[in-house]
Amino acid sequence: MTTSPIDIDHLAMKRVDLTCPVDPAELRKLQLGDMVYLTGTIFTGREGLYKRWLDDGIEPPVPLHEISNANFHCSPAAARREDGQYDVKAVTGTASFRFGKWFNRFFERSGVKVIIGKAGLSSEDYRRLFVPHGAVYLTTVGYGLGATYGHAIRHIPAVHWLEELGIAQAMWVLEVSSMGPFIVECDAQGNSLFELSNERINAGLKDVYGDLPQPVLRRFGEVIDRQQEVI
Amino acid sequence: MTSQNKTMHAQLTKKYADATIGPDWSIIESTAMTLMRNAAISIPVDFKDGIRDATKTERNPLSLFVLEQISENYTTAETDGRPMCGDTGLPRWYVKIGEHCPMGAGFVRLERTLRRATAEATRKIPLRPNRVHPLTRKDHDNNVGIFAPEIDYSFEPDVDWMEITTVHKGGLFGSDYRMLFPADGIDGIKRFFLDTFVEFGRRGMACQPAVVGLGIGGCKDTTMRIAKEAACLRTVGDRHPDPQVAELEEEIKSLGNRIGMGPMGFVGNSAVIDAHIEVAYAHTGGMPVAMHTFCFASRRATARINANGSVEFRSDPKWFTEHHRREGF
Ligand code: SF4
Repeated sequence: MTTSPIDIDHLAMKRVDLTCPVDPAELRKLQLGDMVYLTGTIFTGREGLYKRWLDDGIEPPVPLHEISNANFHCSPAAARREDGQYDVKAVTGTASFRFGKWFNRFFERSGVKVIIGKAGLSSEDYRRLFVPHGAVYLTTVGYGLGATYGHAIRHIPAVHWLEELGIAQAMWVLEVSSMGPFIVECDAQGNSLFELSNERINAGLKDVYGDLPQPVLRRFGEVIDRQQEVI
Repeated sequence: MTSQNKTMHAQLTKKYADATIGPDWSIIESTAMTLMRNAAISIPVDFKDGIRDATKTERNPLSLFVLEQISENYTTAETDGRPMCGDTGLPRWYVKIGEHCPMGAGFVRLERTLRRATAEATRKIPLRPNRVHPLTRKDHDNNVGIFAPEIDYSFEPDVDWMEITTVHKGGLFGSDYRMLFPADGIDGIKRFFLDTFVEFGRRGMACQPAVVGLGIGGCKDTTMRIAKEAACLRTVGDRHPDPQVAELEEEIKSLGNRIGMGPMGFVGNSAVIDAHIEVAYAHTGGMPVAMHTFCFASRRATARINANGSVEFRSDPKWFTEHHRREGF
C-alpha cells in the first residue's frame, strides 16, 4: 500500500465540470476535495435495484450502460403530477456503505464509473471494489443540500421499476445541468478523504476526553474504543 | 338507529357544533398544511443564524465551504419553494391546548385533521413518503400509518388558544441511550455525549452542524422523549431556566466544538450549533441519559390558533413553558 502524500490542510478544492457519461480519463485526474458538477444524464438506484437485478436476476427495462455511467444513491422527494409527469423537487444522498456487497458485480455489469452518495466507504473497500473498475466516489455536500441538487434537475426522461420498488427505491433517470457540488471522497487510487479526516480527529481525541471515566455499567456492543468507526 | 337515539344524536351534534365557536376545523386543516410547507422549505431563523455564526469562526477551508453551501441551500429552498432536504424526515406533531380552548369537535377530529394534512402535504409539496411498515416495508406513499405521524400533547392553564407545531426530523444516525448511575455523575453524561457524537459525527453521518438534545432522568421512554423535545422544540441560543442545567448546556456545546470535527466529519470546529438539555425525575438508583441530534435540516414550524379563529405563524415552538416543566402540581 502506498503512503498517502495527500495534505488535507492544503486541498486544491478545484471546481471540475464533467459531462455524463463521464470520460474515465477525466476521473483519473480528480483529486480528493475537488468539487464536481455534473451535466447530462444520471440515474438513482440503491439496494432495491441492486437486489432485484443482481440477486433476483431480473434485467432492468433498459440496460444501465445505455442510460449513464453515474449512479446516485438517493431517494427523491417526488410525486406524480395531475398530467402524469413527475415532480422531483429535492434529492439528497443516502448512506452508501450499506450497499458494499453488491458493488463488485454492479460495476462489472453496469459499466458505472461514478457513485454519488452519502458517507462513502472505507479506503479498503475502495481499493478492493472501486479501483479495479476505475470507479470513483463523490459525496454530496453536507448531505442535506436537497434544494441545491433538485434545482439542477432539468427533466425526468424516465422512471423504471416504480411499481415494483416504490418511489424511494425506483430508478429515476435524471437529466441534470451543473448538478453539484459533489466532493471527491475517493480518487482513482482509492484514497478516502473521510479517513484522512478521521486520522486527524482521532489524534486529538485523547485530549478532548481528558480523564472522563468509563461508564459504571459497560454493556455488550457498546463502543469503548474511541477511534472505531461504525461503518 | 332508534328514534330515541336519533334525537340524542341530533342534540349532541348541535351541542358540539355550538361549542365550535373557537378554532374552526377548516382553519386547523389549512393551518396544518401551511405548517407542513413552512417546515419543509423554510429553515427557522434561529438555526440559520447559528449556521451563519459558525461560518464566522470556522477556519478549515473544506468545512467552511460546506457551511457556505448549507446557507446557500436554505436560500434556494425558499426562492424555489422546494424542500431544503431530499429526505423530508418523519413529520410529527406537537399540540399545546389551552385550558379554555373551545375544542368543539374534539380530539378525535383534531387527530384525523392532522393525519389528513400529513398525507395531503406529502402529495402536494411533495415530501418523501418515508413511512413504511417495519416488517413488510409497506408504504402508503403518504407518511401516514400505524402510530404515524406521532402526535404529542401538552396543556396550558389560563389561555384559550391552541398551538400546533410540526417537526420533520431526519436522520437515522445520532440518537442513543445509556443507563447511567448517580456514581457516573456529570462526567458520565459528558462521556456519553462524546461517545455518541464522535461516533455518529464521523463522515458527517449525523448531518452536523446539529443541535444536540440531551434528556437526563425519567424512565427510558421519557428520557428519549425529552431529549428529542430538547433537540427539536427549543431555539438556538436559549438556555434552561435551571442555572446548573444551563451551565451544562454551555459545556456540552463547547466540548462538541473542541472535538476537532466540522460538518460532514471533516476537520473543523463547528459541529454543534447548540446544546439543549431537559431533565425529568428519575428512579432513585439511576440516571438514564439519552441524546438526539437535530441535523442541519432542522425543520419545525408553529402556529397559534386563537379562539376567535385568527392564526399567527412563527418558528419558535415555545413548547417548554413553566407549566410544561413544572415540578409541583
Ligand atoms: S439527516 Fe437531515 S440533512 Fe441529513 S439527509 Fe437526513 S434530513 Fe437531510
